[in-house]
Amino acid sequence: MDATMLPEVTAVGVIIKAILILAVISAIAGFGTYIERKILAFMQRRLGPQHVGPYGLLQLIADGIKLFTKEDIIPQNANRIIFAVAPVITAATAFIALGAVPVFPDFTIPFVDVYVPSIASDVNVGILFVLGMMAAGLYGPLLAGMAQSNKWGLLGSARTAIQFLSYEVVTGLSLLAPIMIVGSLSFVDFNSYQSNGTWLVLYQPIAFILFLIAGYAETNRTPFDLLEHEAEIVSGYVTEYSGMRWGMFFIGEYANMITIGIIASIVFLGGYNDWWIFPGWIMIIAKIAFLFFLMLWVRAAWPHVRPDQLMWLCWKVLMPLAVINVVITGIVMMAI
Amino acid sequence: MSLEKFKNRNVGTQNYKKLDLTHPPKSAWCKFKQVVSRTFKPELCIGLWVTLREMINALFRKKMHTTQYPFEKLPISPRYRAIHEMLRLLESGHYRCIGCGLCEKICISNCIAMETRYDENQRKEVSEYTINFGRCIFCGYCAEVCPELAIVHGGRYETASEQRASFSLFEDMLTPIDKLKLQQEYQGFGAVSPNADDNIKKTPLAY
Repeated sequence: MDATMLPEVTAVGVIIKAILILAVISAIAGFGTYIERKILAFMQRRLGPQHVGPYGLLQLIADGIKLFTKEDIIPQNANRIIFAVAPVITAATAFIALGAVPVFPDFTIPFVDVYVPSIASDVNVGILFVLGMMAAGLYGPLLAGMAQSNKWGLLGSARTAIQFLSYEVVTGLSLLAPIMIVGSLSFVDFNSYQSNGTWLVLYQPIAFILFLIAGYAETNRTPFDLLEHEAEIVSGYVTEYSGMRWGMFFIGEYANMITIGIIASIVFLGGYNDWWIFPGWIMIIAKIAFLFFLMLWVRAAWPHVRPDQLMWLCWKVLMPLAVINVVITGIVMMAI
Repeated sequence: MSLEKFKNRNVGTQNYKKLDLTHPPKSAWCKFKQVVSRTFKPELCIGLWVTLREMINALFRKKMHTTQYPFEKLPISPRYRAIHEMLRLLESGHYRCIGCGLCEKICISNCIAMETRYDENQRKEVSEYTINFGRCIFCGYCAEVCPELAIVHGGRYETASEQRASFSLFEDMLTPIDKLKLQQEYQGFGAVSPNADDNIKKTPLAY
């Protein structure tokens, strides 16, 4: 790509982009709870939310009112400061991570002639930054579970530590092979590498699957939702939380789900490039929507694993596979 | 015969046949085969397909399980003993009750009270007839004993009320004269529910 052809990135454009991300993602993150309930209901041949607004669409607002007006309780022996800070960590890191993720293609607002870049801040180590931020987000559950002086919370945070130890190595190693191929850590470079229509998932199918599995572990989605599994540890790290503090954990979780969807679609599925007659912004929305649907689909279909099974899976199966994948990719790149 | 044999509930010491229990692989080659088959069997994808199929069934093939209860109700069996109804003769529209008093006599919770008198044609007519639904246990004896099929059990099963003793008068239970055509005849004790055909399912063995 010829970088000199692009218009100059102004502060106004970046601010517009940031507002766009914040507005769109937080709206979608809230809306995701509705979609999740609806899809899970359909997969169990139920109707799901139905009565608040047309097709239950306003259920989201009803839930929001409930969360905002609920009494904010801090348990007696809890560490008050950490208890209050923990949900903010989860929500904030989820949105900070989105700052370095390109969502829509760059465009220029007509009439006022403001160039809005595809990414709020194109840091050249974008992938590392985003993964690091999402990993830091797990400090939220970890601290929340330990601060609330509740045995279920403590078990939840212990499981967070296990999860932390398990998936992180797989995420890094699975993304290493595509990084080797592209030769850059910037998401924009990944996107332009696939602009000729060949998606990286064709070269790296194993890395794609490994990244999805690790991503599900990262966002506490169902095969690996050990942190707050109701049947085992009441509600895990959110046992003592209520109201908007609880809501912030979930906005963070759904924002992380979308981030994983964006990363997977940009790194492996061709990003926001135009494809056939579809413009890039439709393609990226379709890909993110499919990956989001896949998460709900998996939740409806598969049982969750035990913590020891997660460690077994990540360290004994996924990590060797990822290492072998990296080695083979390296050999092939040397040969070609 | 002693009971000892039946009191032994240890699975391991009895002659149970354990189904679906595969034997652990013995040789290294068998282990390898097991690993390969477990790795490449699309079992997870089958799980995904099952849930997707149910979603397609629910959305496009009208196989949604949910009945939105207050708005739509499932038909109940004709054998169901809900709130009583007093039926009319179809030809004349006169109520069927002949004032014999059998229902009052047989009522085991003493909730039916009736008074009768002779009218100008020297026929029995019902002057007072009440059922105390706070006492009624819906045993169905009154409907069973009625020689004229005058008192039957209807289909009104939502019987929550504000008072413990809620009496029902004869006129409340009587079929309205303008709805005589809609009057449902009692179908008898062997009758099946109207949606019986839909409820027929395969036995679990067939799954």
